[in-house]
Amino acid sequence: MMTSPVDRREPIKLGAFLIEWFVRLAGLSTIGFVILIFFFLLREGIPALFEVPLSNLFGTAWYPTFGYYGTIPLILGSLLVTLTAVVIALPLGIASAVFVREVAPNWVREVLKPLIEVLAGIPSVVLGFFGMTILVPAIRTLLNIPTGLTAFSGALVLAYMALPTIISVAEDALDAVPKSYRDAGLAMGATRWQTIWRVVVPAARSGIVTAVMLGLGRAIGETMAVMMITGNAARMPLGLDALFKPVRTMTATVAAEMGEVAQGSVHYHVLFGIGIILFLVTFVINLFAAKSIFKKRYRGGLR
Amino acid sequence: MSAKFAVRDLDVFYGRKQALRKVSLEIPEHQITALIGPSGCGKSSFLRCLNRMNDTIPNSRITGQAFLDERDIYGTDMDVVELRRRVGMVFQRPNPFPQSIYDNVAFGPRVLGARQFGRLDEVVETSLRGASLWDEVKDVLHHNALSLSLGQQQRLCIARVIAVRPEVILMDEPASALDPIATLKIEDLMHALVEDYTIIIVTHNMQQAARVSEQTAFFMVDDDQVGVLVEYGPTREIFTHPRDARTEGYVTGRFG
Ligand SMILES: Nc1ncnc2c1ncn2[C@@H]1O[C@H](COP(=O)(O)OP(=O)(O)OP(=O)(O)O)[C@@H](O)[C@H]1O
Ligand SMILES: [Mg+2]
Repeated sequence: MMTSPVDRREPIKLGAFLIEWFVRLAGLSTIGFVILIFFFLLREGIPALFEVPLSNLFGTAWYPTFGYYGTIPLILGSLLVTLTAVVIALPLGIASAVFVREVAPNWVREVLKPLIEVLAGIPSVVLGFFGMTILVPAIRTLLNIPTGLTAFSGALVLAYMALPTIISVAEDALDAVPKSYRDAGLAMGATRWQTIWRVVVPAARSGIVTAVMLGLGRAIGETMAVMMITGNAARMPLGLDALFKPVRTMTATVAAEMGEVAQGSVHYHVLFGIGIILFLVTFVINLFAAKSIFKKRYRGGLR
Repeated sequence: MSAKFAVRDLDVFYGRKQALRKVSLEIPEHQITALIGPSGCGKSSFLRCLNRMNDTIPNSRITGQAFLDERDIYGTDMDVVELRRRVGMVFQRPNPFPQSIYDNVAFGPRVLGARQFGRLDEVVETSLRGASLWDEVKDVLHHNALSLSLGQQQRLCIARVIAVRPEVILMDEPASALDPIATLKIEDLMHALVEDYTIIIVTHNMQQAARVSEQTAFFMVDDDQVGVLVEYGPTREIFTHPRDARTEGYVTGRFG
């Protein structure tokens, strides 16, 4: 039996209409949630600005029990651990991505790719365990320092956590480089390595920046492993040896203290203030990541 | 006439598939040689043997011999980097690197050791002039090469090649992605370049082969679907008095 064109078109139109609105709603609700979270943070955190003098809030001492709410050591702690992690993970990640995509024989690549994805899925508390039982003692004996619970240990574990993200995103970026660029490089007499470093990697630059940004975003927000192995001493991480002493990060502070504060207290408001800072930092990082993704698309269109 | 390339009994295989069988020919210096023939007859494969770009294709294998200035291209003493500097290649789709125009032209000198080519700025200018592109890009040298039109991109690729002062330029359908005007520019450029270079061009465009080349080689697949060289000689002969019936059929447009 034949259905007339009109019969067939109506439900499709309605379906398309519903789907379109569902998609739109889903998209809008995401934006809504982000805004909602931000306003919640603001509502709980802004009072801190009125309850604590700015000189105290941006001071160098964090002793909430005695009314010292200096967030600078925490911010610097986070920066120190995160940036060190990136400095470690960046060359390793790019080198691994180049290895997986450009150097490894096919069967090695087939084994490595799923393995890397498994790495990305390891819960951070497990890495924390690993860090506490193996990495921390190892660092203490190797460097001969009083405690292995240091910023450096935390950075190592964070680097390890950021690596899978960096590797897979960077690898995709390398994969997207057209073969014609490689051919051009080789045909110009460049060796395979020269072609990789001077043609393929620069061509994948924007994707690699995205990879690093996403890795950075993961590292700065990470809490569990960091709390377990950085020692959590809220001291100013100044001086060259700060890397090898305990530090405390923003995330670890919030996680450790939120359970013990009275709702609505000054301490509670300051912790939310820290949340606002974290939110803004990750927001800016992701904005950069998104921008480089966008650039890549634009370039892709010209190819 | 002295032969730039001498090829003897060349076979090309991809895995188990044979793409070319027993190709023998000599390509003269400072002339334009056109390779024509229906799709899949092995023109690109032949071209890629001359700068060993076939080496980059997994499972590819060749037998037979190919000489550049009487030196065995596949001999153990042949340095592939040196070979590819002497035998440059321009591809079907313009493929400038997504870098600045300047960096594209400077790529070869930088990779091969800039010193032997003289001052980089000068090399870039001479090469761009040589590719008839200088006047169009001299004010935008640091813009991304991908912002150029396709025809300009292709001439940039030619500039990139001549920056390392090769002796031969291989062109695999260099104008097939271009509009007629850009195509004519490339053809004019070839006429200018042949003063200094030996040029070998693959083309599907019969008029183009007739317009630009001195020698023409006609390839075709035989009954086993393997590419063979059917006829080779001066372009005028190939187009006006072909000796082989298959050549005649092809150049008069009866098939292919
Ligand atoms: N990388 C490769 N792997 C496997 N087979 C290949 C490869 N390149 C070419 N071939 C095969 O070799 C034969 C000759 O191909 P080639 O590209 O040299 O022909 P062509 O004359 O250049 O064709 P066209 O005019 O379409 O460019 C074809 O049958 C093709 O399928
Ligand atoms: Mg071809």
